[in-house]
Amino acid sequence: MKLSKAQYDEIAQFLGHMQPTRQSLRKLKEKFPSQSQSTLLSIFSQEYQKQIKRTHAKHHTAEAIETYYQRYLNGVMKNAAAPVLLDLANEVDFAPSLMARIVLERFLQEKEQAIPSKTLISSMLRDPSQIPDEVLANQVYQCTVNDCCYGPLVDCIKHAIGHEHEVLLREMLLEKNLSFIAEDQLRAKGYDKTPDFILEVPVAVEGHIIHWIESKASFGDESSHQAHLQDQFWSYWNRFGPGLVIYWYGFIEELDCHRERGILLKDCFPTDIVTLRHSVAQR
Amino acid sequence: FSINVFKMLNLGVSVNHIHDKLGSLSLLQKDFVPFLLNFLREQTSQILTNGPSTPAKTPSSKAHGSQRTGSERRTGHRSFQKPSLGSFLTATPEALPVRRGRRRGSSSAGASGRQVARDLGCSLAEEEDGKSDSGSWSGGRRKWSEAPLASARSPPSQLNLNNLEEFPPMGAASGWTNKPSRRINPTPVSAERPLSKPKTCFTSTPVSRAPAARWSAGSSPEAFAAVQEGNLSSVISTSLQEEREMLKKERYSLRISFDPGTPTKPSYTRSASLPAESHLVTCANPAKVSCKKQLECLAQLYSSCIAENLVPNIFLELFFVLQLLTSKGTSTAEDGDSDPEINVSGGQHFESVHNCVYFAVRVLDYQYEIISHLEKGTLKLLAENERIASFSPTLHKRLRQAYESSTAKVSLLLPCSVQSVSFQPETDNRSNFPSDRAFHIFKKQRDIFYELLREWEDNHEKTGWDFERVLGNKIRAMMAHLSATCNHSRFARLFQKQLIQMCKGPVGGGASWGDTPDQDVLNMLGSDNLSRLKRLQERFVVPQSIRGPCPPPSFPGCQQFFRDFILSAGSYQFNQHLVDSLCLKILELDGLTLVEHEHSDGETDMEEQDEKKRFTMALLSLRLLAKFLGFIVFLPYRTAEQPTRDLQDSALALRNQTLPVLDILKLLRQSIRDQRSILTIPWIVEYLSFVDHIAPFLDYYRKVFGLLLLMVLSEDKEMSFLNKLLILAVLGELRKLLASFVAGSGGKNGGFIRKITPTAAESLASKASVTQQKLQVDLEQAFFHNQPPSLRRTVEFVAERVGSNCVKHIKATLVAELVQRAEAMLQDKVKEEDVNHDKLLEEVCTHLYEEGAQALIKGREFCEKKGPEAVRVLLPEETSAAVLSSAESIAVELATEKACGWLSANIAALIKREVKATFNRMLKVPGFPLPGEDALELRRDCPPGCQHCAPFPSQMINEIKYVLCVAVGPREEDEVVDYTWLECLLGRLSQTLRCRKFMCPTAEQQLAKCTVELASLLVSDRVPLSLGIKSPGKSPERLRVKNDPTSGLLKLLFSIWKEDFGTSVPVQLIFSKKNIGYLTEAKQREWDLFLFLLRGLIEHELMRTSEIQSCLHSLEELPWPSDFVKDLKRLSRVFVSEHQIEEPRTNPCELTRQSLATVTSQS
Repeated sequence: MKLSKAQYDEIAQFLGHMQPTRQSLRKLKEKFPSQSQSTLLSIFSQEYQKQIKRTHAKHHTAEAIETYYQRYLNGVMKNAAAPVLLDLANEVDFAPSLMARIVLERFLQEKEQAIPSKTLISSMLRDPSQIPDEVLANQVYQCTVNDCCYGPLVDCIKHAIGHEHEVLLREMLLEKNLSFIAEDQLRAKGYDKTPDFILEVPVAVEGHIIHWIESKASFGDESSHQAHLQDQFWSYWNRFGPGLVIYWYGFIEELDCHRERGILLKDCFPTDIVTLRHSVAQR
Repeated sequence: FSINVFKMLNLGVSVNHIHDKLGSLSLLQKDFVPFLLNFLREQTSQILTNGPSTPAKTPSSKAHGSQRTGSERRTGHRSFQKPSLGSFLTATPEALPVRRGRRRGSSSAGASGRQVARDLGCSLAEEEDGKSDSGSWSGGRRKWSEAPLASARSPPSQLNLNNLEEFPPMGAASGWTNKPSRRINPTPVSAERPLSKPKTCFTSTPVSRAPAARWSAGSSPEAFAAVQEGNLSSVISTSLQEEREMLKKERYSLRISFDPGTPTKPSYTRSASLPAESHLVTCANPAKVSCKKQLECLAQLYSSCIAENLVPNIFLELFFVLQLLTSKGTSTAEDGDSDPEINVSGGQHFESVHNCVYFAVRVLDYQYEIISHLEKGTLKLLAENERIASFSPTLHKRLRQAYESSTAKVSLLLPCSVQSVSFQPETDNRSNFPSDRAFHIFKKQRDIFYELLREWEDNHEKTGWDFERVLGNKIRAMMAHLSATCNHSRFARLFQKQLIQMCKGPVGGGASWGDTPDQDVLNMLGSDNLSRLKRLQERFVVPQSIRGPCPPPSFPGCQQFFRDFILSAGSYQFNQHLVDSLCLKILELDGLTLVEHEHSDGETDMEEQDEKKRFTMALLSLRLLAKFLGFIVFLPYRTAEQPTRDLQDSALALRNQTLPVLDILKLLRQSIRDQRSILTIPWIVEYLSFVDHIAPFLDYYRKVFGLLLLMVLSEDKEMSFLNKLLILAVLGELRKLLASFVAGSGGKNGGFIRKITPTAAESLASKASVTQQKLQVDLEQAFFHNQPPSLRRTVEFVAERVGSNCVKHIKATLVAELVQRAEAMLQDKVKEEDVNHDKLLEEVCTHLYEEGAQALIKGREFCEKKGPEAVRVLLPEETSAAVLSSAESIAVELATEKACGWLSANIAALIKREVKATFNRMLKVPGFPLPGEDALELRRDCPPGCQHCAPFPSQMINEIKYVLCVAVGPREEDEVVDYTWLECLLGRLSQTLRCRKFMCPTAEQQLAKCTVELASLLVSDRVPLSLGIKSPGKSPERLRVKNDPTSGLLKLLFSIWKEDFGTSVPVQLIFSKKNIGYLTEAKQREWDLFLFLLRGLIEHELMRTSEIQSCLHSLEELPWPSDFVKDLKRLSRVFVSEHQIEEPRTNPCELTRQSLATVTSQS
């Protein structure tokens, strides 16, 4: 679904400083019933990430870390079953999963008398059973499960969504008889940058010739689109020529401004496709 | 002389007839053409208010600079450069026996104060007494006026052409002093192009205001483009008489016009002309033309000069003629009803628009042959020109025809925005780089390069945007990165490819073509509006930004980016690699096979079209590349000012010792020998247009210029004319061009020019003796000789492709197979401790090399199979069986040689490289599931008839996450999970897991983990289930496990874990400290459910009894509260007792078995 910049701004403004919980999501859906749930969640997630990026540093000062850790210790001392970490995260406007990471890291540091490796911490976040302290394990798990913007579960969902849409796109390409080379094949051939699909025979979509298609199972807002342009789309263009990006959860329509230059945006599989010989998909 | 020279060069062109035709003109020839051209310019200077002045470009007899360093050059006062045709004649009474009796007025041209005439007289007098006897070479056939100062007055009869001292370029400093300079039009040179200095360039207008030092220097590059003598055709001789008549009149008028006091003659300076727009366009009327006879004569004379290639630049003249055609005239000179003859006596043949147009139309008529090759748009404008229509209906008609049949188009399409150079795995993937780092850095460099390009594209036209300021540092940072990884050559190649991609088209590509296509041009096509026509004409020969039809070399459009990039980069390494890359590409394109096509009806049309396109593209690309090559090569020597003589001498001494990067002299000679200078000269000219001040004096470049000069002077006028057409990137009739070109060679059998295709250096198979091999080669050549050229091309093409495909095929089959085997071997061995990776790799590879030898056998098989197939498809059906089979076997042989040559040299290295890459990949993926496990889950398929409409995995994770979220809290008081909904959720999960289409490993693993977590939470009663109507209303404690709703959900989970998951489910997580911890508050019901869970795990073979036992055992060791440890131990005992006895039983899970409570009571 394409949103105008104004529509998008309205949603973004409503999100304000909402906590990334299921309760917030529910409110969002109630406020914007006409938007799809996936679109709203995607926007929510991206807006929240922007907010976190802005404040990330202040939560990682030595003082902050120490404060959080002490508050955690005091909290669980009083009541180990209470959602100490989660409440703390919400109170200081920080993502629960990231708060869990900070405290876990601090905990391990104290326990092992050494700075733990990032892989170890990530592994423990993915599977809190590995955390040697049972109380902390429960607290961490509570944080990651409740977080709807960060954490291993959310990452996995995002990954799954991305994969599913790639599969969907592949199905659509097959259905339209458009032969393509998929990303894994491209990698095997040693391409240095690989879009999801390169069309073996280019087609024209809405009058624009495209050589590749990238599937994005997210909403295309300004900052994410700029980032994608920078490290993906232009790189594809630099190697394969013009192409199509499908933002399955919609995008800000004003961003679709590089059509002439060779980056086309759509929020669904295009219907107006002209192939080399004839039009296959005119409906 | 000519004969000697041509013989020396093996041109074999007969020049004998020059002698016959021009013998009588030996004196006239020297300065005649420049005089004529200057005369025309002067005559018309008043009337031409449209467009820039067209330089006559004929500094034929240069004044010795020292004489004229004064006011003339400073002021550019043109009254010193008065019409000189008359003067010329005045001063050569002996050469042109003028009928004195008809001379009017004074017999002397030297009226007081007429400096020019005096100078002229002097010089010519001197010329006469000094050189008329010895100055003509080779029996006085041709007189070489431009002997340099340093050379002897009497040139030797045999000249070393390569010595510019002896064989100076045309227009170089004259050996005679005291000569007046001819009319010199200052060529406006825009000041904002400092980089195109010096403006002395071959393709451009010579800078006529060149400083004196240059003339005295002996030669200068621009001089080569200057006028040449000789070659006047019969037209001149036949009309000589008339001409003399006319010139006499001219001389008379000259006297009048030279009189400073003559009021009838306004200033000659261009500034006197009124702004064009203030004029009404005069309606040119054929009836009002005066002195037609004289004009006709002039037109003939002028046309002959053009036709004989005597003018320095044909486009200057066309431009001039079109200016005349579209002249607006001045109010003073218009519509005089005076007697035409009176006009004649006034000597102003071009005073009226009518006369100008008449003259122009006559010339166009004579030059129809050339005009008709112009591009379609221009032809249309000419065909629609009213003046042409009224002055010459026949020409009008011919132009219409030419327009209708013309296919020559200059693309005025808007430039497509930047096109990138495509990524080709064969040349661009990791295996082409020495290290991962180099590969990844180059990946970034490519993106940065295009980012810069886009930034430039977006902003360079904005005011205040400065290339160096904005992009300079980025470019230099990029260069530094390239240096660090030695990626320069790769980047240079990308740079060069992108350059061709963006700039090869005629628009923004050609040196003298318009900068950017203008929508105006598109709009005006079809209009006959005169001012528009004028604008088109201006654009036709001149980019808008530079006034004058022959601009100095410039970098229009996108070329600017590349030039500025080179300058900002300022990288020696980059420049060197770029030069290498440019040279290579130039050599490649210059070696293009030119194929002539028989003039058969329609049949070869398509091939011919392709050929033309190929040729044009090659030509345009060559010129572009050569321009950049010249730019870089001469960049270090660029100076703003002409160096002093001393500096020049020392520079010459130094630079004569070094060799040029590209041997253009050799290429030029080759091209002449092979009759393909039509392709070579244009780009060499581009290259030379960048020479610095010194370069032309270097021995090497003197030879080049000397040779070029000979080409210009050569007899093959059609060729050079067509060359010029091509230089302007007008897509002329290439067929004709090629045909005439080849015809010149006298070649038989179609005269098809062969490209010598070097075949693989070593023949693998053939062991035949050298003579036999040679015989075979000769036979092969002979075979092709009498076949159509397309046959040879087909065979070469097939051989090239099949050979290449063969290598690819071997890589994809045999090598891939070996690599796979290597992978298996490595996988086994790498697990062994303390293994040396390098050694291991070496071992495995050595093992495979022997099998690699099969590649040659398989390669030959491949070529033998594919070669004939391809040849058969590509050759005409009607090809005779014998020809076909010969063609097939030649193709197979060539392909095999190519493929097997490569394979035998490279197969071992290839295997090693591939195995190594695979090995590295293998080592690099830590924690990734081992291939065995991975393969297991990927091999699973959807159940038969699956519609793939199950919920997406992401959706399922999301929903289960919600349940977990509610279970671990915090939650609202009334927040519950509906039992039926959860039951249904597990049902849908089952569907999702069964359909494999959208599943990915991470999602499945996450689902497995989440469901185990869910089971733990269910067992410990952490999930606030709402039973809805199903609720029996009894307190949970009293429920038998059998009827417990949770057990139903657990049963569903058992089944999902057992039947639906493709990945292993981490059920052991149930026994983690964290999950067992959920049970710390557990009551009897929860312990019963837990036991139920354990039984289920056993019965569904999700865990073995021993595994569970050991899990329970280790749990007991942990520091739990003592009550909890007791409970755990009790559970453990029950479980053990059950399963020690019942181990062999495979009964389905029975909920009616003992509850934990009964066991406890029994114990």
